[in-house]
Amino acid sequence: MARILECKLNGRDRADAVADNVLLLDYLREKVGLTGTKTGCDGGECGACTVLIDDRPALSCLTLAATVQGRRVDTIESLGTDGQLSAVQRGFHEKLGSQCGYCTPGFIMASAGLLRKNPKPTEEEIIAALGSNICRCTGYVKIIEAVQYAATLNAQGVAP
Amino acid sequence: MNEIVPAHNIGGYVPMIDGPEKVSGRAKYTADILAPGQLAGRIYRSPYSHGVIVAVDVSDALDVPGVVAIVTGADCDKTFGVLPVARSEHPLARDRVRYRGEPVAAVAAVDAAAAAEALRRIKLTVRELPAYYTARAALAPDAVPLHEKKPGNLERDVLFELGSIEQGFGEADLVREGSYNCAEVCQNQMEMHAAVAEYDAVRERMTVHASTQVPYYVHLMLSQILGMEMSRIRVIKPHVGGGFGCRTETLNVELIAALLARKANGTVRLVTTREETFITHRGRPETDIRLKIGMRKDGRITAVECECDQRGGAHGGYGIVTILYSGSMLYAIYDLHNVKYIGRRVLTNTPPCGAFRGHGTVDIRFAFESLVDEMAAELGLDPFAVRRANLLSAPTFTDNDLMVNSYGLPECLDWVEKESGWSKRKGRLSKSKGLSKGLGMACSHYISGASKPVNWTGEPHATVKIKLDFDGSIVVLSGAADIGQGSTTILAQTVAEVLGLDLSRVRVVTGDSEVVPKDNGSYSSRVTFMVGNAALDAARNLKSLLTAAAARKLEAKPEDIECLGELYRAGAQDKGATFDEVVTEALKDSGTITVTGTYSTIPESQGGKKYRGAAIGGTMGYSYSAQVVEVSVDEDTGVVTVDKVWVAHDCGKALNRLTVEGQVQGSVWMGMGQAMSEEAAYHDGLMITANMLDYRVPTIQDSPPIEVGIVESNDPHGPFGAKEAGEGSLAAFLPALTNAIADAIGIRFNDLPVTPDRVFEAIEKRRRTLGKGNEAGR
Repeated sequence: MARILECKLNGRDRADAVADNVLLLDYLREKVGLTGTKTGCDGGECGACTVLIDDRPALSCLTLAATVQGRRVDTIESLGTDGQLSAVQRGFHEKLGSQCGYCTPGFIMASAGLLRKNPKPTEEEIIAALGSNICRCTGYVKIIEAVQYAATLNAQGVAP
Repeated sequence: MNEIVPAHNIGGYVPMIDGPEKVSGRAKYTADILAPGQLAGRIYRSPYSHGVIVAVDVSDALDVPGVVAIVTGADCDKTFGVLPVARSEHPLARDRVRYRGEPVAAVAAVDAAAAAEALRRIKLTVRELPAYYTARAALAPDAVPLHEKKPGNLERDVLFELGSIEQGFGEADLVREGSYNCAEVCQNQMEMHAAVAEYDAVRERMTVHASTQVPYYVHLMLSQILGMEMSRIRVIKPHVGGGFGCRTETLNVELIAALLARKANGTVRLVTTREETFITHRGRPETDIRLKIGMRKDGRITAVECECDQRGGAHGGYGIVTILYSGSMLYAIYDLHNVKYIGRRVLTNTPPCGAFRGHGTVDIRFAFESLVDEMAAELGLDPFAVRRANLLSAPTFTDNDLMVNSYGLPECLDWVEKESGWSKRKGRLSKSKGLSKGLGMACSHYISGASKPVNWTGEPHATVKIKLDFDGSIVVLSGAADIGQGSTTILAQTVAEVLGLDLSRVRVVTGDSEVVPKDNGSYSSRVTFMVGNAALDAARNLKSLLTAAAARKLEAKPEDIECLGELYRAGAQDKGATFDEVVTEALKDSGTITVTGTYSTIPESQGGKKYRGAAIGGTMGYSYSAQVVEVSVDEDTGVVTVDKVWVAHDCGKALNRLTVEGQVQGSVWMGMGQAMSEEAAYHDGLMITANMLDYRVPTIQDSPPIEVGIVESNDPHGPFGAKEAGEGSLAAFLPALTNAIADAIGIRFNDLPVTPDRVFEAIEKRRRTLGKGNEAGR
C-alpha cells in the first residue's frame, strides 16, 4: 500500500506517494533521482548508503522510507550547494580520502554527521564514527587525514 | 609585471581532477544511469555445481505480467574469454553448468519485482555430474573433465628449469623446504557489477555502459557474442567504483545485458547484488606452493625449486597467464640462478578466478619471503642482510630474459630499515603479559604493463589524441580507464607539464568508444607507463605545432622560440605572443588541431623463448617495494594487531605524490586483508562468504598507520622516469606480517589468512606440547 511521504529532503519539503515496503535508499535513488547515495551491498554491510536523518548518520538501505515521515533527510547532494565544496568534501578531495569515489558519499555523510555533533573529534572518535563504512581503495589512512583536515576547515568557518 | 614562467605539474601533491564530482555525488556510475522505460534485468543462476543441462523451461516465467524478454543459452552459441586461446565460457550456460551461480537464463521486465518473480518460475533440469572443489580432487585420474578440450582438468601446466638446481643445491650450506597455502580471495570492489545496454533496432546499433577496466575487450566480446559488427557497437565506461583486476576481462554481466536489450528491443539496466558480484568472481585462486631454497652461509641463494597448484575455477579466464606469472616473477627481484618451476592451473567446479591485483605474483612472493626469513634466522643472519646478499645489478637481463633497467630495491631496503628503527628495535620489543610484539620485513615487485598484450594486433601499445580548438582548452582523448587509481589526472598532468600550462587548461575525455582512441585498458599497471608515454608524445607533437605557429607570428625561427606555457617568445627581450594568440595562429593552417601520440614497448622487453609462455613477465620497468610490519599478538585470544607499517616503493618517479601514496597505502592494506581475514569459502560449491560480513575486509578500526617512502630510481624509459605504483607493494605485506608474528611469538604461519582462531590454535598446540615436555621432565 502506498501513502504520501512528507519529509524535508536536502532542505526542501517534499510529498511523494511511496509504497510501505520501499527502502529509503530506493526512494532517494529511483524515485527522487538522487543517485549520489550508493548501494554497495545487500543490506547493512558497507555504509555506502549513509545519509543523515535529523543530523544523525543512518543506513538508508536498512531504513524504510515511510519512517522518515516529518523528518529531515540530508544526502550528499545537500553539501556544498553555495558554489563551494563543504569542509568534509574538501578534506576528501584535497587529501585523497576518495579514490574510486564509490564509498565516498557514505563516508562524507558519516563524517559530516560526526562534525555536526563533535566539531573537534580526536583520531579515536573519527575511527569510531567511521567504523561501519568500508572503503576498498585507500587503506583509510588518508580518510582519517581528510576528516582531520575538514575539522580544521570547519574551525575556520567552512560548513562541514 | 610578474614574470611568466612555465607551470609545473609533476612531482607534487595533486588532488585528482575528477575529485569534485566524486565528493559531491555527481559522479555517475553505471547503476546511476536511469531512464524512463528502462527495463530491469536479472540473472537466473545454476543451483548445481556440475551437470548436463537437460532443459531450461522459461514458459511459466514468460507468463509473469511485465516480463518483456528472457534469454537462455539457446540465444547464444558463441563463447567468450580474455585469452584468444582459452575462450571456453558462454554468457549463459549451454549444454553444461560448471559451478553454483553460473548464469543460465536472464529476464528483462518492467520492474525488479516482475523480474524477480520470473526468476522464481524458471525451471532448470540437469543430469548431475561429479563436482570437484579442490585442485587435488579435479586432478584425480578418474575425474570427469569439466571441458572436453582439457583432459585431466589441467588448464595449463608449466615446467622450466634454468641453470641446474642439482648443482645449485649442491653449492648450498643450508637447504630448506616449506609448504604454503593461500586461500582464495576476491577483489570485492565497492561498486557491484552493472551494465546498461541500449539497443536501437531501427539502426541496428548497441550501446553498452559497463563497469569495466577494459572497454576495448568488452567491445570485442560484445561483437563476438552478439554477432554484430564492431562498428555497430558503442561501449561507454562511466565512473567505475574500483576493480583491482576483477574487471580486466569481459564479464558475463555486460554480455547478458546486451543479449537482453536486443531481445527486448529496448534498454536494460542489469545491476548485480553483492552476492552475485562475489560469484562473478575473477579473484585470486586458492594456491598451494611447495618451495625449496638453497642458501650459502652468507645468505646468497644458490637454487630455487617451486611447485605451484592453483584452483582456477570452472573456466580458463586469465588462468594460463596467472600460472605463468607465478613462475616468471620468481625472477627480476633478486639475482637468482638455478631455478626450477612446476606450475599447474586446474579447472574446478567453483567460480572462475582471474587477475587480482599483483596478478600471479602475490602468493609465490609470500612463500618465497617466508622461507628466506626462516633460513636467515637459522643461519643467524639479519633479514635485511639476506636480501642485500641477493640484489640484482641493473641494467641486466634475468635468466628468463626479463629486462631490468632501473632497480630501486636497495634504497627501499635502506628507507624502511631506518624509518622503522629496525636495527635498534628488532628483537627488543616489549613482551608484556600475554601481549608479544614483533617486527617483520619482506620485499616485492611488479610490472609496469605487460610488454606483449594478450590481444596482439600490431598496433602501438597506447595511443592518445589531443584536440585544440578556438577556445584554447587542451582536450586529451584517451581510452585509458580510470577506475579510481587516478590515471585521468596523470594524463592531464603529463600534458600540462610538457606545454607548461596550468592543469586547469587541460580536460580529459575517456571511456566512450565513439570518441576516444582505443586503449587496451587498465590492468597490469600499464597506464602510467604506456598511456603516459603516449600522452607525452602527443603533447610534444602539439608543442611543435604551437612553436611553429609562434615562429610564424613572431617572424622568428622555430628553434629560437621559447615556450613559457602562457607565453611564447623569441628570446628574453621579445614581448612574445600569448598562448591564445599562438593558438589562433596555429588554427589558420588546419582549423581544429588534433595531434596523436603513441607508445610501443621495445622488443628487448618482451621476454624470452626459453620455455613456452616465457613472454609473460616481460615489461618495460619493474617497481620494487620493501616493507616492515610491526605487530602485537595477544596470546590469550590469538588476535594479531598491526601497529604500524613502513613501506618504501620504487615507482621510478612520483608524477603525483598524493596518488602514489594513496595507491601504495591501498596496496599494503589490501595485502593485509588477504593475510589476516579474507577468504572465499565454499560449502558443496556454494560460496558461503558472499557478503561483506563473512568475507571480512578490514575496517578502519582494524587498519594501521601506513608510512610511505617514495623511492625514485628514474627509469630510462618511463614517462619522466616513472614506473608503476599501484600493485607492487601488495605482496610484501603478507610475508612481512607472518615474519613479524614469528618474531613476536616464535610460531610461523604458512597458511593464509592468519585468523585469530588459527593463531590461538597454534599457541594452544605449543602450550600442550610444552606442557607434556614439562611433565616428562618431572
